[in-house]
Amino acid sequence: MEYHFSKFLKRGSIICILIGAVAIAYGFWNMPKTVEQAQERAAATHHGHHGHGSSSDDSHHGSHDDQTHSDQDNEQHEHIEHSVVESLDNQKTNHHQSASDKKSHDNHGKHLLHQFQNKPWAAVYVAALFFFFIALGTLAFYAVQRASQAGWPIVLYRVMESISAYVIPGGIIVFIILLFSVFGANHMFVWMDPKVVEHDVIIQNKTWYLNINGFILRALVILLGWGLYRTFVRKFSLKQDQDVYLAMNYHRKNFRLSAGFLVFYILSVSVMSWDWLMSIDPHWFSTLFGWYVFASMFVSGITVIAIMTIYLKSRGYLEFVNNSHIHDLAKFMFGISIFWTYLWFSQYMLIWYSNIPEEVTYFISRFEDYQLPFLSLLILNFLFPVLVLMNTDFKRINYIVVVTGIVIVIGHYLDVFNMVMPGTVGDQWSLGFVEIGAFAFFLGLFILIVFRSLEKAPLLAKKDPFTEESKRFHY
Amino acid sequence: MDSGKVVHAVFDDDDVLLKAVEHIRKNKYTIEEVYTPFPVHGLDKVMGLSPTRISIASFMFGCLGLTVAILITNYIMIEDWPQNIGGKPSFSYFENLPAFVPILFEMTVFFAAHLMVITFYLRSKLWPFKKAENPIKETTDDKFLVVLETPDDSSKTKTFLKELGATQIVFKANES
Repeated sequence: MEYHFSKFLKRGSIICILIGAVAIAYGFWNMPKTVEQAQERAAATHHGHHGHGSSSDDSHHGSHDDQTHSDQDNEQHEHIEHSVVESLDNQKTNHHQSASDKKSHDNHGKHLLHQFQNKPWAAVYVAALFFFFIALGTLAFYAVQRASQAGWPIVLYRVMESISAYVIPGGIIVFIILLFSVFGANHMFVWMDPKVVEHDVIIQNKTWYLNINGFILRALVILLGWGLYRTFVRKFSLKQDQDVYLAMNYHRKNFRLSAGFLVFYILSVSVMSWDWLMSIDPHWFSTLFGWYVFASMFVSGITVIAIMTIYLKSRGYLEFVNNSHIHDLAKFMFGISIFWTYLWFSQYMLIWYSNIPEEVTYFISRFEDYQLPFLSLLILNFLFPVLVLMNTDFKRINYIVVVTGIVIVIGHYLDVFNMVMPGTVGDQWSLGFVEIGAFAFFLGLFILIVFRSLEKAPLLAKKDPFTEESKRFHY
Repeated sequence: MDSGKVVHAVFDDDDVLLKAVEHIRKNKYTIEEVYTPFPVHGLDKVMGLSPTRISIASFMFGCLGLTVAILITNYIMIEDWPQNIGGKPSFSYFENLPAFVPILFEMTVFFAAHLMVITFYLRSKLWPFKKAENPIKETTDDKFLVVLETPDDSSKTKTFLKELGATQIVFKANES
């Protein structure tokens, strides 16, 4: 049976895009143009003025006055606190006590202006990356099923293929945003500014990797690889249905293609995470960051497959999908949520334990300025899905899977938010009009592209050698 | 059912067994026990066994393990002999929590796994050196045995079971 894009959904997605576009445009229009405007804006927000020198120390002690630190510990914290300001202010040389107050004040104002100017960019970037990650995670999940020649998920292949259709337009959008950064339209990636690198020894040591030419080249190669895989695997998958005699041939072709893609993907996803996310905080590094980003996109992808499958079933499509398939997807949601938490914690614990200033600043800025989004991650992405989906029977109940899925999706949006925002807008973050608008814009675009793609082919991959097995799949 | 007899019906295949068990129960025979060489998916459902509660027990064992782990790490590392953890001598349990998380996790898994196995053994009355209960030895190799009670109507039962695919049918006097 072919899918027919319902008018309601189509209109809904177009309205989402329009509202989102208006919100994004408002965000850019409302951006402060001068330092004075930025300072006024900062004074008006409830986050307060998280400045340099003594005021920063006050706020630091204020938030911790119920705890007892040793003097040494306090000193270290102050040092870290300074280095946060330092790395963002790009004023390594001027930041010592000897620097004149006036100059330091000016720099702070300029820094604040950059943060405000980054805000709409970062909001768009977070949402664009998040929906791109959903499509990419789904593509990886699909490749795993193809490469392992799994029998159960054949009936879900068309759903996965259409979600991964967003990889190409989504990738292009992310690439365009990165190009804007490269050409200096925003200050999201401070290492792209030669004036910053001039004063920063740590970034200077990284320029053999972290330079603009390499950045663009890597992004192009990676996106091309992913786009090509998606194009060809979809092409072969559709051809398989048309030709009975060559069905096995295309099956084998897709198997080989997917195995090759997984090797490329698992390497390139790490490179992508260093370039597009980790380099936002150019002093900081974490060796398992690539896996962490991978876990996040994998679980978001699987969750969206589950939600979309249940939606299509509720509309009377996919009659060959039974609740054992849903059960399996829910098991994956459960398992990969734990995997994500495992990586989150592994990264956090090592950095917390070793307490190296360069590394620990990353978490200090999140603990101090991003408490709510940062700590709620553990509830949304770990506690809630684990406790709810632990029960076998609950994994088969559609509405429980959908509710948990929505919580996981919101949680992983916040995860990307937490990776991007602290290094770009600092403590001036909000989950306001522009952020939600950007989310709505990309949600609408995502739905439009995914369901358009779903319309183009029958919902069942008929000629796959495992189709019958998948239809009868029963646990 | 004092006039009843016990029948041993042997099957060769798990799919045949599943269908047979379903039909046997539909025809109002009482199944005493089914012996299989490996766990057969869905057999508990067609036999009408009540769902297992071992997962609930396991969850509670896990919670117990977590509690024990919190108590012992707190006692050992904070109360009894306060430790300087990672150069952060705060001596507060909450601030040093990341260091304890691996222990909390391991203890949760340890308690859940071991106590679950022990519970399973107790509940199914298994212990070391216990004599095997399966009536024929082949059920540990490649045969599936259904032990059922039948009213005193052996020929009818026999044809019925034959039709279901039983390869061997043995009538036994009711032991009770």
